[in-house]
Amino acid sequence: MTDELLNLTLHVWRQPGPNRPGGFQTYPARGITTHMSFLEMLDVVNEELIEKGEEPIAFDYDCREGICGTCGMVVNGVAHGPQRLTTVCQLHMRQFKDGEEIWLEPWRAHGFPVVKDLVVDRSAFDRIIQAGGYVSIRTGSASEANEIPIPKKIAEQAMDAAECIGCGACVAACPNASASLFTAAKISHLSLLPQGQAERDDRATKMVAQMDEEGFGACTNHGECEAVCPKGVSIQWIARMNRELVRSIIKS
Amino acid sequence: MELRSHEPTGPIEERWEKHKEASKLVAPANRRRYNIIVVGSGLAGGAAAASLGEMGYNVQCFCYQDSPRRAHSIAAQGGINAAKNYQNDGDSVYRLFYDTVKGGDFRSRESNVYRLSELSLHIIDQAVAQGVPFAREYGGLLANRSFGGAQVSRTFYARGQTGQQLLLGAYQALSRQIEAGTVQMHSRHEMLELIVHDGRARGIVTRCLKTGEIKPHIADMVVLCSGGYGNVFYLSTNAKGCNVTATWRAHRHGAAFANPCYTQIHPTCIPQAGSYQSKLTLMSESLRNDGRVWVPRNKEDVTKRPEDIPESDRCYYLEERYPAFGNLVPRDVASRNALYVTNDGLGVGPEVDGERRGVYLDFSDAIGRLGEQTIRERYGNLFEMYERITGDSPYKTPMRIYPATHYTMGGLWVDYNLETTIPGLFAGGEANFSDHGANRLGASALMQGLADGYFVLPFTVGNYLGQVRTLPPLAEDHPDVQSAITSVNERITKLMNAPDPKHAPEHFHRELGKIIWHKCGMSRTAEGLKEALEQIPKLREQFWREVKITGNGEDFNQTLERAGRVADFFELGELMCIDALERNESCGGHFREEYQENGEALRDDAEFSYVSAWEWSGNPAEPRLHKEPLTFEYVKPTKRSYK
Repeated sequence: MTDELLNLTLHVWRQPGPNRPGGFQTYPARGITTHMSFLEMLDVVNEELIEKGEEPIAFDYDCREGICGTCGMVVNGVAHGPQRLTTVCQLHMRQFKDGEEIWLEPWRAHGFPVVKDLVVDRSAFDRIIQAGGYVSIRTGSASEANEIPIPKKIAEQAMDAAECIGCGACVAACPNASASLFTAAKISHLSLLPQGQAERDDRATKMVAQMDEEGFGACTNHGECEAVCPKGVSIQWIARMNRELVRSIIKS
Repeated sequence: MELRSHEPTGPIEERWEKHKEASKLVAPANRRRYNIIVVGSGLAGGAAAASLGEMGYNVQCFCYQDSPRRAHSIAAQGGINAAKNYQNDGDSVYRLFYDTVKGGDFRSRESNVYRLSELSLHIIDQAVAQGVPFAREYGGLLANRSFGGAQVSRTFYARGQTGQQLLLGAYQALSRQIEAGTVQMHSRHEMLELIVHDGRARGIVTRCLKTGEIKPHIADMVVLCSGGYGNVFYLSTNAKGCNVTATWRAHRHGAAFANPCYTQIHPTCIPQAGSYQSKLTLMSESLRNDGRVWVPRNKEDVTKRPEDIPESDRCYYLEERYPAFGNLVPRDVASRNALYVTNDGLGVGPEVDGERRGVYLDFSDAIGRLGEQTIRERYGNLFEMYERITGDSPYKTPMRIYPATHYTMGGLWVDYNLETTIPGLFAGGEANFSDHGANRLGASALMQGLADGYFVLPFTVGNYLGQVRTLPPLAEDHPDVQSAITSVNERITKLMNAPDPKHAPEHFHRELGKIIWHKCGMSRTAEGLKEALEQIPKLREQFWREVKITGNGEDFNQTLERAGRVADFFELGELMCIDALERNESCGGHFREEYQENGEALRDDAEFSYVSAWEWSGNPAEPRLHKEPLTFEYVKPTKRSYK
């Protein structure tokens, strides 16, 4: 394994609060090893800033293994950065070259107001799920798990849709700041399964209505969402969501 | 302090039913009059909040993450155990109970473990009904696998993301209750203090992480499901935000902390690559089914490329030392042996702080035998993850692995009702100590979190409220509430104004982690623990003198958040070492080098068959020990041996 050191220049969006003006500031990142993760590189920069008495760059993170969906920023214009199927916490510095300039921005969308610097408020996603992204099953009232066989193929498809980590990259990448991929993934996951049938029509209608109310745009088939999704959630689910909506309209 | 387990007596398979029959209930129409605080939104907290909301209680749920869907339960890969016996291979509630008590090295409470094993059946039913997409067979029925050396196939899984899917199931149930108005969710809120009034837990003080606002929340009772304390090691497989603060604040108010020295080290993680490293990533244990673990036989070979080291110069140390189990020895044995070979200077990979901490996990034999395609089908996603992090392809060169802290069995002491030693304060999931003894079996953490959250707490909480009936109202200006708020504010002021600010909190956290990892990690000695107990207080003083936090407290300030957590890890770390020093035996995750027989852990049942429950005395160096004796009526203690 090689262990080169990189010297980089970061242009970072700094914004003190939700309704305050923001702008880019430039910081050097020196002596960065290629084995560091992108967020570890930011940790190093931040520790230097703190020791110098400056405020560190605020960015969200938690599990740092690509599953919790907390992290997310736009790196050189691409949500989560240059490596496909990779969250920014799993992106490593060997993807960058010595001397490179890196531009860092928060998710930019009406539905995701900036909290500070690169941190945004994604509670709109929670509200979309609250609008109907569940099966109404009371604790303790479930029947025997093997009572309803589910064909393997259907279970696998449901799992494909359920892979979504709720990071919001799809919204950040979409020219319309649409939350269609996120919403469609949950609608599809549940509508594929027998357990999700009773509330199927209602669920699609309510979740889509909530998505609109949160100020996310409509889908116009750009496909940017699928391209940046770290879990490879497919745009086919958006087509399925639209079918579910039509189905619910016809049935009502 | 008196430790009363309140466990029922009589035949073990009747205890939980009997206990439920004898418990108090709250009538449906009365439930909305009670306010319950749940801290944490992982499997235990999310499931408890959702279930209590469904029953009609008023629930306030808090999490430090920006959404309840992000709790660290989400990162569990392998699966969840349940004694369904769908494979007809001889599994039963009793066998799962037996395996768990034995796996815990006879340091858990039999009644609790039996209940866990019984409830495992309902968890799977509940999760399937929620739409959790478990793996299935072609006939459409649920698939199972054998996990962590179990002799039956009882593990249910959803690809490598079982924790994620189960958590999303609980999150969806929680979201439904938020929509219904029974649960009020407070994301990006951190509990910084417990409010105790008249000897009962009556609320918490939180800091809003977005605005810095400090606020009291008053209720009839408090449930802590705030996870484990693995991040005391600084580097662990936990999420960066995981912390001990909620349980530690409770401990300082009188909740006993049980068995803090029982921590679990997972043998197959990606080794540390540099001193800047922020966390360690776990690779599924299943890799040991086909990978062979080795190190160079000679020290001069450690810097060579593994391909250049001839077969005769490789030491397959697990196969040599444990011919019967080979590379599949249990987690603790595999981990400790990796420590020994690297202590002998045979570790491989990059040098970090003067040491090479890594061993090879080699798939070349398996690829030769089964073909690359088969290996790709079995481990493709893990190999990709490894390559993304290290830049090396395990198809071409051996993986490097090393053990890392993964789970903490210790936690707040709770009785059979999951109530702590503070009346009205309950603890569920990894935050309590209850079910895993000195060592947790694979695929049992998800099971315990959900059993506590869906099926135990909703019931025992009702029993508590049914007993206390009506608590007197507590106003925000009451001195007990005000003193909790003052304590939070004073601490923040103290952290923000260290006398000689020099370093970010991470600096001190890393140093603390090194002490704990070396002295209270995989292998412990009385001498090392005594050294740690001298070093930790000194480092803690230095922390309070030199910690540097920029920005201010009335704002989004991640440095301040971390500093508060590190401060609590110092006190917990000291207690861990005290506990490890007191326990003069080896059991499960606690290995004291002085107590071994032919390299195997040597338990001392005559002297140490008890739960160590520590009471806060006001001085972190002098906690008071209380003992809950453990008796084994069903599973008679035997020695674990893998030779």
